[in-house]
Amino acid sequence: MGESYTFPADRPLALDSGEALAPLTIAWKTYGTLNAQKSNAFLLCHALTGDQYAAGVHPVTGKPGWWSSMVGPGLPIDTNRFFVICANVVGGCMGSSGPHDINPANGAQLGLSFPVITIRDMVRAQALLLDHLGIESLFCVAGGSMGGMQVLQWAASYPERVYSALPLATAARHSAQNIAFHEVGRQAIMADPEWNAGDYFAKGTNPSKGLAVARMAAHITYLSEAALHRKFGRNLQNREALSYRFDADFQVESYLRHQGLSFVDRFDANSYLYITRAMDYFDLAADYGGVLAQAFRNTKTRFCIASFTSDWLFPTTESKKIVHALNAAGANVSFVEFETDKGHDAFLLDVPEMFQTLRGFIDAAAQARGLGAGRV
Amino acid sequence: MLAKMPPLRKELLRIAEMVPASARVLDVGCGSGELIEYLARTQNVDARGIELSQHGVNACVAKGLSVIQGDADTDLSEYPPSGFDFVILSQTIQATRQPKAVLEQLLRIGKRVIVSFPNFGFWKVRLKLALTGRMPRTGTLSHAWHETPNIHLCTIADFVALTREIDAKIERSLAVEEGGEIRELSEPGYWDNLTAEGAIFLLMRPHAAPGPT
Repeated sequence: MGESYTFPADRPLALDSGEALAPLTIAWKTYGTLNAQKSNAFLLCHALTGDQYAAGVHPVTGKPGWWSSMVGPGLPIDTNRFFVICANVVGGCMGSSGPHDINPANGAQLGLSFPVITIRDMVRAQALLLDHLGIESLFCVAGGSMGGMQVLQWAASYPERVYSALPLATAARHSAQNIAFHEVGRQAIMADPEWNAGDYFAKGTNPSKGLAVARMAAHITYLSEAALHRKFGRNLQNREALSYRFDADFQVESYLRHQGLSFVDRFDANSYLYITRAMDYFDLAADYGGVLAQAFRNTKTRFCIASFTSDWLFPTTESKKIVHALNAAGANVSFVEFETDKGHDAFLLDVPEMFQTLRGFIDAAAQARGLGAGRV
Repeated sequence: MLAKMPPLRKELLRIAEMVPASARVLDVGCGSGELIEYLARTQNVDARGIELSQHGVNACVAKGLSVIQGDADTDLSEYPPSGFDFVILSQTIQATRQPKAVLEQLLRIGKRVIVSFPNFGFWKVRLKLALTGRMPRTGTLSHAWHETPNIHLCTIADFVALTREIDAKIERSLAVEEGGEIRELSEPGYWDNLTAEGAIFLLMRPHAAPGPT
């Protein structure tokens, strides 16, 4: 299992909303060993429904961690070389402070009285964790999707603490279309009578149907038309003919229902509301006079931006905007696009060209940092 | 950039010699990154690249080079002025849509600019056109006219005229001969335009301070 720390109540997390979160609890997991110079720390930032269990076997689901193809001994993020840290985001439901926290005053869950958090709040909390762990600077910060947003925020907020940055399948601001998809998910949760205005714990109910529908809708956006067709086509599920009813006739329906049902076992509906909100609010340039390049002015961080051809949720055009801003700031930046039909989720999947390319970026940065030449 | 011609090893070495150690360099049309890899490894140069082919870019990044996908014709405007000590355009200018605008951008973002290109005034090229009446195909210009990426070929004299037109200062000029030998020119003249298969120019922008960086 991972570790967890609750900061003293007099060390609150100052939030973008103006509120202060106290006491702040952060849950995290580490892999590998911190070297004597403390120069090999590698922070991973998880996506919307991820958590701190990036590698190895997930203690709740029993399945491999979300980036187990990238993180481990001998893998591109090599735990034999790097001290990998991954923390559950603030607002999450895997041990860090969130809407499931108990209000000591009445013993009930905070629910909607938990303050709205932002990507920058998540990053501030991670910075507090690093302070707690005694780690001044990070060799690399990496993550995809919402994790990529945190990587960008890290590079902008703490440039002196970030030696290299690897944001994948992400954007410097959440698009109108993406906010729209999130709103559908939130409305599905809120329309479930068992949601009870977020007070379902006290009422003994569980908005699992609403959360499952939110997950089903979102899951479609993580794939691509080509991948859905390749996997399912119009194939029927366990039957020879159409039922002329509303059963899951098609394999794709059955697949989505399974995705929804398995999600509710490991995720909290209120956390889903809070974290989608944080993504919607993300607009990095807005904090820098509307000019994204200003967020990276004089940066010494080495960047590698990566996108995927079939990702229509965070398309390559969004990555290119980040690259343009970094170029305008004179930053050291690489940009790669990978050809795949796997859609947005490709950054979590088996894309050999991605492994090979990112290994090259990481190894070169490690060498420049004096961490050795890597694999022989 | 658009399909590059097979780079001449000696030519790239000569270009690398022009770049002082620890300089900031942008190689526009860096292909598989041969030159910037050499500069980074041997001269501790802060070398970046732009390459049109995504496949080439991914291969460069896998080698640990800082390269982005981009197009010399459209993507140079995003760079800040004087952001690089040297900008290199090796065997690429003839494949751009607007060579003049590209050259002006290079002079804006680089304190010095190195350009190399095949010389269409080379006597064998002239002779082939004169004798056969067909678009010439030589060792360095190997494509048929209808499939060549080289849409804006020029002679050494043409290039010199363009540098005058945009008021760029020629600091050095070198002739690349058929066998790969490279010789320094005091000033490119009629004879060089006839005998050189290619050329390398070191340019400075107008009104920039003279002397090495």
